[in-house]
Amino acid sequence: MADMSQGRSNVPHGGSQAAANRTISGSKGLELAEPLIFEMGEAGRCGVDFADAKVSNDRLNGMRRKAAVGLPGLSEPQVVRHYTRLSQKNFGIDSGFYPLGSCTMKHNPRINERVARMKGLGDLHPLQPTSTAQGALELIDTLATWIKTLCNMPAVAMSPAAGAHGELCGIMSIKAALEARGEAATRTRFLVPESAHGTNPATAAACGFTVDSIPATERGRVDIAAFKAKLGPDVAGIMLTNPNTCGLFENDIIDIAAAIHEAGGYFYCDGANFNAIVGRVRPGDLGVDCMHLNLHKTFSTPHGGGGPGAGPVVLSAALAPFAPVPYVIHDADGFEMVEHKADSDAQPFGRLKGFHGQMGVFIRALAFMLSHGAEGLLQASTDAVLNANYLRAKLQDVMSVSFDGMCMHEVLFDDRFLKDTGVTTLDFAKAMIDEGFHPMTMYFPLVVHGALLMEPTESESKDTLDLFIKTLRGLTARAKAGEAQSFKDAPVLTPRRRLDETAAARKPVLRWTPEA
Amino acid sequence: MRYLPLTESDRAEMLATIGAKSAVDMYCDVPKQALLDAPVDLPTYKGEMEVEAVFAAMAAKNLSPSSAPCFLGAGAYRHHIPATVDYMLQRGEFLTAYTPYQPEVAQGTLQYLFEFQTQVAMLTGMEVANASMYDGATACSEAVLMATRATHKHRAVLAGGLHPHYRDVTATSAHSLKIELVGPNSDPSRPADPASVIDLIDDATACVVVQSPDLFGRIIDLKPIAEAAHAKGALLVAVVTEVVSLGLLEAPGNQGADIVVAEGQSLGNALSYGGPYVGLFATTSKLVRQMPGRVVGETLDVEGQRGWVLTLSTREQHIRREKATSNICTNSGLCALAFTIHASLLGEEGLSRLARLNHAKACQLADRLAKVKGVEVLNDSFFNEFTVKLSKPAKDVVEALAKRGILGGVPVTRLLPTRSDLANMLLVSATECNSDNDIDALIKALEEIL
Repeated sequence: MADMSQGRSNVPHGGSQAAANRTISGSKGLELAEPLIFEMGEAGRCGVDFADAKVSNDRLNGMRRKAAVGLPGLSEPQVVRHYTRLSQKNFGIDSGFYPLGSCTMKHNPRINERVARMKGLGDLHPLQPTSTAQGALELIDTLATWIKTLCNMPAVAMSPAAGAHGELCGIMSIKAALEARGEAATRTRFLVPESAHGTNPATAAACGFTVDSIPATERGRVDIAAFKAKLGPDVAGIMLTNPNTCGLFENDIIDIAAAIHEAGGYFYCDGANFNAIVGRVRPGDLGVDCMHLNLHKTFSTPHGGGGPGAGPVVLSAALAPFAPVPYVIHDADGFEMVEHKADSDAQPFGRLKGFHGQMGVFIRALAFMLSHGAEGLLQASTDAVLNANYLRAKLQDVMSVSFDGMCMHEVLFDDRFLKDTGVTTLDFAKAMIDEGFHPMTMYFPLVVHGALLMEPTESESKDTLDLFIKTLRGLTARAKAGEAQSFKDAPVLTPRRRLDETAAARKPVLRWTPEA
Repeated sequence: MRYLPLTESDRAEMLATIGAKSAVDMYCDVPKQALLDAPVDLPTYKGEMEVEAVFAAMAAKNLSPSSAPCFLGAGAYRHHIPATVDYMLQRGEFLTAYTPYQPEVAQGTLQYLFEFQTQVAMLTGMEVANASMYDGATACSEAVLMATRATHKHRAVLAGGLHPHYRDVTATSAHSLKIELVGPNSDPSRPADPASVIDLIDDATACVVVQSPDLFGRIIDLKPIAEAAHAKGALLVAVVTEVVSLGLLEAPGNQGADIVVAEGQSLGNALSYGGPYVGLFATTSKLVRQMPGRVVGETLDVEGQRGWVLTLSTREQHIRREKATSNICTNSGLCALAFTIHASLLGEEGLSRLARLNHAKACQLADRLAKVKGVEVLNDSFFNEFTVKLSKPAKDVVEALAKRGILGGVPVTRLLPTRSDLANMLLVSATECNSDNDIDALIKALEEIL
C-alpha cells in the first residue's frame, strides 16, 4: 500500500509540444493506440465456441433476462491484441526498477506461477470434502508453520485477504479479547502514530474504536513520552508499524510493548515492512500481540494492478483463542478444517472471508519461502536493507535524507533539496518516469514535507542502483540549475502525459456508455 | 540464491560505502536482545525442480476436480477458462505492476479496470461499479456498511437464502459497528417466500440483502422486495454468487436494486481452493460517493488525449484515514483482469450461450436425479444449481461418492452445521464442464449408495 498524491493537485501544466509529433494512426511505433473494448466489438462476433443449448422447459421462474447485457462481440485474436497493447502501456517489475516505498516491488518468480496452476492445487474446490483435500490443508499448515517460526508467534490466522483485511482481523481479535475481559465498553481508544498507513486509523474506526494520533520525534520514531502520556484505562491498544513508514526500526519498541501491556492494552504491529527483518528479528521477541504479514509484499506474490494479496495475522497466546474461522487442525486422522464458530473449541470472533483464504497466494508465498530457505530469506532481507542504505549513502549529499543513521529496507527523503527550485516532489517523480524508472512513493509518510520514499528491494543489482543514482543526481542538478519547466512538462515520453485528476473527480465518468 | 543479484564483492563494496563493517551494523537500532545470531530453524534453500516436487506431492494427495466428475458449487463454480485468459494475465507488464498510482505509466491497468467497471455495471444493470473487492462475501459486508452510511440507519434484514459465509462475514463487521442484523436462514424444502422478508422491513431498516439465485438455487423475484424496502426508506442489496447466471436472468438493477454485489470467480478465475477471487460491487450514481474501494475514471491529458486515473479518492483511507468509507486498499486487480478478458472473449453471444448451456446441463441433471430412488429435487426454479433431499445424510453420501472418485455436491450442513434438520440436503451444480458421462457416473453411483 502506498499513499501517493495525498489529495494534492495533479493539474496539467499546459502542453507546449502538444500534438507536435502525433501520427496519423495515433500509434507511436511500438506503443499502439487502442480504443476501449466497447468501441471495437460488433454483434455476431464471439471469442468462444459453445454448442447452442436449447432449453424447452426452463426453470427460471419467469425471470429470464429481457434486454441484452450490452457486451461487445470480439474474436479471439482481437481480444489478444487488445490486452497485449494495453499491457504495453504499463510499467511492471519485469520492465524495470520500481522503488515504490512501502509496496515492496520485488521479483515475482515464475515457478510460483507454475505451481499455483498445478492440477490438484489450482483447480481445487473450496467445499470438496476435506478427505479429498488433505494436500491442500497440509500446504496451508506448512505455510502457517513457516510464518509462525519466522515470527516466533504461537498462532496465525490465515484467512485475511490483504494487509488491511489482516488489520481488521487483528483489531477484531483484540476487541474480542476485551469483550472476554468485560472491558470492551470502556477501552474504546486506539493509539495510532501519525506516520501510520491510512489503513490503520481506517481499520480502528471500522471496528468501532476512536483514533488518537501519536506524534513522531525528530528522529522519525514514536514520541515515547507523548505515547506514555496518552495511556489510560480507556486505551485498547496501539497500532504501530515496525520497521516504521519512515523506513526506521522503532528502537523503543520493547518499551512500547511493555508500557501498552502494563496499561492493559494490546500491541498491534503493522507488518507491511516485515521484509526488512525476516530471519533477523522475530516480532514475537518484541512483545507484539498480533501482526499481519503482506504475503504479496514480503513473500513476493504478484499483485498486478493492486491485488490480490493475502494478509495472515500472527497472534500471541493472549489473542490466539479469538482467531476467526476457518482454521486448520490436525490429529491422528490427518488434517481437518474448523469452519464454524459452532464447531470450535475456542472463541473465534467470527469470519472475515468467504471460504478459506487466498490459497493461490499461499502457494506462491510458500514456493518463495522454500526456494530461499532459512538462510536465503535472511540474505534477502539483508540485501533489501543494504540496497536502501546504499541509495541513502550515494544520494544524501544532493538530496535531503529526512532522518540520519541507518535505514531499514526503504529510505525517506523530503523536498528540502528542491527548495526554491520551483520543482515539487510530484514534478521530480514525473521526470523520473521519462528516465525509465517507476517513481518512488510520493507524499507519504505525512510526517515530512514532500516525502519521497524509496524501496529498492533485494531484487536489484548494483548496476541498476548505480544507474538510478546517476540519474537522480543528474535530475537534482537540473532542478538546481533552474530547469523547472522541463520538470513541469514531464513526462513527455509516456503513452499519456499528465492527466487531469481534478476534472476526473469533479465530473466522474466511471464507465463507458454508448453514444446516444 | 537465484533471485539475488548482489555478489559477495558487491555486498562488501556497498557495506564499505555505507560505513558498515558487517550487515549487522545496519541493524544498530534493533534492541540487542531481539537480534538473532543464527538463521531461524527452517529448511535450507531448494532449486526449482525440488520446489516443484514438493507441490506435486501435496497436489497428489488431493482429488482434482478437473479429473473427476464434479458437481460442487455453493458460491464457487467450475467453468472452462479459455487459454487466452491465463496467457494474457501472465504478461509481466500486467502481472508485476502495482496499484496504478502513476497513471502515465499505468494506462494498461487503468484501462482494463475501466473496462471491468463497465462490464460489471452492464451485467448487474447498475450505473457504476468499483474496481473490485476481495470476494463476494466481503463485498456483501461492505454493501451493508455502505447502506447504513447512506441511510443513517443501523438495521439490516438478511433474506433466508443468503450464503452462510456472506451472512457470517457481514455479521462479523456488523458486530463491531453495532449494526443489528435480522432474518433467519430459510428452509429449502419450502418455496422461497418474499413476504417473510418483507415483513421484517421497518422504518429503522437500512437495507434488505437478498441473494438470487439463493443458496439453495432458487430464483427470487426482487421487485416486490425492492418496492417494500424503498417504501420504508431502505435500500435493496442484491447478491449474486454465480455471475454467469446474469447471462440468462434479469439483472438486479432492472428489479430495483440499489447495490449489487457478486462473486466474480466464475469468469476467468480458477477455483484455487477458495481464493483469490474477485468481488463485484455496483451501485447507482447517486450513491457513488458512499461506495467503498478504488474506482477508475476517465479524463484527458495535457495534450487532450483520453486517459484514465484513479479517482474519487477522497472516500478512501489514504486520504480520509479514520473517516474513510472502508479500510480497503489492496483489492483483486489481477482477478478483475481475468474476469474482464473472459467477459471480452464471451461477449454478448458467448455469455448468453454459456448461461443457456449451464441451465440446460442443470435441467438435464435435475431430471435424471429426480428418477433416482432416494433423491427428491426440491427446487421449482434454479439456474445451474439446486437442492436435493436424499434418503441418507448428505455428508455420508458425499464421502461415499468421493471414494468412487466423484465430487457429488455440497452438503447443506457443511455451510449450516447447526441445522441438523437439513442433514439430508445436498446442493448440486452443473456447468458446461459436466459431460454426459459425468452425469451418468453420478447417477450410477447414487443408485448404488442410496
